[in-house]
Order: sequence, then C-alpha cells, then structure tokens
Amino acid sequence: MIAGLDLNLAMELVLLGMLVVLAGAIAYTRKLLAAVVLMGVYSLVSTVWLVLMDAPDVAFTEAVVGAGVSTIVLLGAMLLARGESEKHGQARMIAPALLAVGVGGVLVYAALGLPDFGNPSSPANAYVGRAYLEQATSHTGAANVVTAVLASYRGFDTLGETAVIFAAGVGVALLLGFVERSPGRLSASAEEHHVVLRVTAKLLIPVIALYAFYVQFHGEISPGGGFQAGVILAVAVILHALAFGLGETMKALPAGLVRGCAALGVLVYAGLGVVSIANGGGFLDYDHLLPRDIEAQIPAWLLGPGNHHWGQFAGIFGIELGVLLTVAATMVTLFYSFAGRAASTVRGVRR
Amino acid sequence: MADLLALAGGGFAIAGALLSILGALGVLRFPDVYTRIHAASITDTGGATLMLLGLGLIAGAQFLTLKLVLVWVLILITSPAAANALANAAHSSGYTPWIGAFRIMRAGEKDPARPASRDGAAPQAWPPKDDGGTIE
Amino acid sequence: MTWVLSHLNYVAVIVVMMTGLFIVFSTSNLIKRMIGLAVFQTATGLFFISLAKVSGGTAAIRIGADGPAAKALAQQLDPDYVAQHGVDGVVYSNPLPHVLILTAIVVGVATLAVGLAIAVRIRESYATIESDEIAAQDRAGAREAGSAS
Repeated sequence: MIAGLDLNLAMELVLLGMLVVLAGAIAYTRKLLAAVVLMGVYSLVSTVWLVLMDAPDVAFTEAVVGAGVSTIVLLGAMLLARGESEKHGQARMIAPALLAVGVGGVLVYAALGLPDFGNPSSPANAYVGRAYLEQATSHTGAANVVTAVLASYRGFDTLGETAVIFAAGVGVALLLGFVERSPGRLSASAEEHHVVLRVTAKLLIPVIALYAFYVQFHGEISPGGGFQAGVILAVAVILHALAFGLGETMKALPAGLVRGCAALGVLVYAGLGVVSIANGGGFLDYDHLLPRDIEAQIPAWLLGPGNHHWGQFAGIFGIELGVLLTVAATMVTLFYSFAGRAASTVRGVRR
Repeated sequence: MADLLALAGGGFAIAGALLSILGALGVLRFPDVYTRIHAASITDTGGATLMLLGLGLIAGAQFLTLKLVLVWVLILITSPAAANALANAAHSSGYTPWIGAFRIMRAGEKDPARPASRDGAAPQAWPPKDDGGTIE
Repeated sequence: MTWVLSHLNYVAVIVVMMTGLFIVFSTSNLIKRMIGLAVFQTATGLFFISLAKVSGGTAAIRIGADGPAAKALAQQLDPDYVAQHGVDGVVYSNPLPHVLILTAIVVGVATLAVGLAIAVRIRESYATIESDEIAAQDRAGAREAGSAS
C-alpha cells in the first residue's frame, strides 16, 4: 500500500540496532571516559532516529541536551570525583542479568500485543492526538502543533516541568556551592596554547546565541521553542567559559544573576497564570489573558495576517520566554557549580 | 538534466559515506593518538563535504541549498578547531608521537615501548593489550 | 513478516532499556550507575516516540495541502489513505508523545546533574565512588561507634 516507506522502516531498524550495540558497549566498557563518550554517541544516533520518526522538536532537544550539556556535566563529575574506571566484578553480573532478562521478557510479551508500528488508527494516535491536530491551529494560532500542545493545552504540565528544572538547579547549587567569587584568569602560557579555540569561540558564540533566539521565536511555526533555545543559549555561555576561563565568564554573568534569572523564569510562567485568573479565566487560561477592552485596541498589523488569537499568542510567547530563562539559567548554574568546585579543588581548598 | 544532477549527487553522498567509514576504520586501526585525530578529521571535512555537496546537487537550486552551504561553512570552522584542541590536549598530557617504529622519548623515560604521561600516572603501552573492556 | 518487523521496533527499544537497567544494577561505580540510568530514561522516551509514528506521516507542523511539500508527500501515498487518516489533506504523526518526551529529556539531564552532584559529595566524604567500599566504610564506622559507646 505504501511504496518506498519500507526503506524508512529498514533505516529505523538499523539505527535501533546501532543503539543496542552502543548500550551494550556502555555496559561492557570499564573506563568511565569511554562510557561518557559512548553516551554522547548514543544521544546523536537517537537524534537521527528521532528525525526519522517525524519528531524534529524532540530530536533538537536530544541533540543539544544529550550531546552537549549531559556530556559536560558527566565530564565535570568525573573530574571532581576523580573517577577513571570501575572495579572488576564477575559475580555481580548474574543477578542483574537475570533481572534484566526477566523484566525484559515480560515487557516484550506485553509489547507483542501493541498495535502495529505506524498504525494510524491505534488508540494512541486516533483520539486525543488527532483532536489536537485538527483543532490546535485554529484555536491557538500556532502552526507547530507540538508547541501549541506544550504551551497551551498542556501548559500546566510544562509549568511543573519548568519548576522541576529550576529545583534541580537549586539543588546542585546547594550541593556543590554557590560559587560567588570568580576563580581568576587562565595563566599566560595556557592562553597562548588555546589561540585557535579562542578565535573560533569568538566567531561562534554570537552565532550560537542568535540561533538560540531564532529557535525561541520560531517555536510556533517551525520546530523549536523554549526548551531547545534555553539549552542552546546555555551552550553558548559554556563555550565561552571553556575557551576563555570560568573567571571571565563569571565577570560577564555573575552566578547570582544567573540564579535570579532562573527564578524569574518560573515567576513569569506562573505569573501569567495568575494574571489569567485576575482577568476572569482559569489558571493559565490564555483566552482571558488580556482584558477585553485592551484586546479590542490592538492594531491588526501587529498580529500578522490571519492571526486573531491575541490571548493565545501572548500567552504562548510569554511562557516560552519564562521557559527560556529558567532552562538557560539552570544549565549555566549546573556548569558553574561543577566547574567552580573543580577550580577550588584544583587550588587545594578541598581534599 | 535534473535527473543527471540528482544521480551525481547520490554518487557524491555515497562517496562521502564511504569516506566516513574509512575515517572510523582509521580511528580503530591507527597506532597513536595523533594519527587517529587525523583519521577522525577526515570524517568531518572530507566525508561531510562530499555528502553535503551530494545533497545540494539532489536538492537543486532552492533555499535549502543555501542552508546546506551554511552548514558546510559551520563544519569547516568547527572541525579543525576541534582537531587542534584535541591535539593540544594530547600534547599537554605528554603523548609524543610515534614516527614509524620510533618515538622521541621524554626525559626520564627508560623503556621506549611504554611511554609515560607527564604526571607519571598509568603508562600507555603499545601494542595495547586486551585487559577486558577498555577502549583506548 | 511485516508483523515481526513492525514489532521488532518495540523489542529493540526494550532491549536498550533493559541494558540500561542492567548497568544500574551490575555496577558499583556511582557515575556508571548514573550513566545507566540516563540510558534507561532515554530508551523509555524512544519507546513513547515509536508509539506515535504514523506510516506516511510527516512532522506535526500544519502545512497547507496545496503546497509543494504536501504534494510531494501525497504522491507517495494512497489517496484513500490520505483522505481517511489525514488532517486537511496531509497525514501527520501524533504530536502528543513528542510533547511529553521533550520536557522529559531536559528534566532528565537536570536530575542527572543532581545525582552526579551527590556522587561528587560522596567522593569528598568517603574518598571513593564504589558503592561497596562506601558500604564497608559505613559498617566500619558503625562498628567503631557501637564499640566506643
């Protein structure tokens, strides 16, 4: 019935096979550095697989988060914990292997009853998902249905997730220290070794930041949104710190300011919900975001052709901004905490 | 004409993929870290360039081709910088390159087959023996 | 045969998930355990996304059915299929699991960072990150405290 799409299935299976091999390699290797690098490769292969599954938003997020921030955080932890490899242990493998095979067997038995892969009338695809596809654009004015669902229909979920990310950032800062004083510049000899990296960073950081804002503001009409843009913006800051030293970056973006931005993001998000209540609607009900008399005075050219959902547009724009602030600031806080503790450890403050 | 260009584009893309496979093979088979860096950067520059050229030929003249050119420029800027950073880190850690069958030994090393890293930590042996599960 | 191939997707993702679970339980190194947990989490996400795929569908961004992209897609498909399962002339993949997994990925890296921060503090207190050595130190400390009091 569908010619030429079996090639898609073949490609997906090959990529899944690569993922299985990668997961096995991560389990087999004993060097932690190898495991971290393989984890990055695993994220990249997942990204390609996700693009094949028509999920560009998720692929975006997986690429930046998995191959970027996750690798950096793992390397920072390896540096601090001075972990190089794990110990031998043959006897430990029997019980976990049995557990994995047992649970896996039960899951495979259950999975055999799942609908066929790609079936459009499966219960997952036929009811709520299809309703969102039919109604989202006419109700919210956003062409990207994923953004419309994330920001408007399931906005309360996203508020919770943003709060979890903020809490994790605060938690890491509490555990590893609120690095207040910047640790100082690179030494002169180190500077001349890093010339190529510094010049490349100077070329790339503005481009990366610009791309982050492009992804942020195009979240409604193309793959993108606050989560991806926040992580890309944080990666620009981390690149600056890697090329020029943590001290320089903390002079430009003090740690306290970054933490304040994270809190401000959650405040903006929840604040928009409260404003909706104040104007007579429910929490995060964007149709009531602005009072009716102000809404009538908005000139038509400001919204663009065909967009007459001012409340929804403003609501989605505002909460994506809140998400951008929180996610970017939290990722930068994570990096500051790990790198700041490494700097103070190297200078002999801690054991 | 467009079909011929698409065919040529497909050929370039396959050539780029083959170059990437060769680069991966080189990383596994080459003897020391500097030659492996060279093999890995073949994947980025040669492989990616040919694949992007192939994709551009398949796409024809649209806005998409301009985006592919921009991706190519980005890869050209970042990949040599990454190779440089890697070689810099290897040199700072004390790896001196193997030249044929010989190696320039650092002061204080006795055994040419077992180069030591700068801070005297775990020495690196060539050929690496299989102690179960390490990927060097 | 198509039944086997289509369910092979799910089986492969479950194998990756179980490998992650195996890593978590078989290793005593704290950082390796966090890596295993990350593998497990991303594999669960991949399972959700594989449930959302619709054959012949495209990404869930509404495009006009008379545009060049939609026409190129519709050429490869059966017109009855497009009429029955498409929305306004284009077949899309289900966007709802994408939303769930998108936020789950970012939350995953944040919680990975918290776990690694705890591992770093454990390293500073116990001078090791292998959990059996940590347990041995705890037992020795409890024995000393028990014998001292």
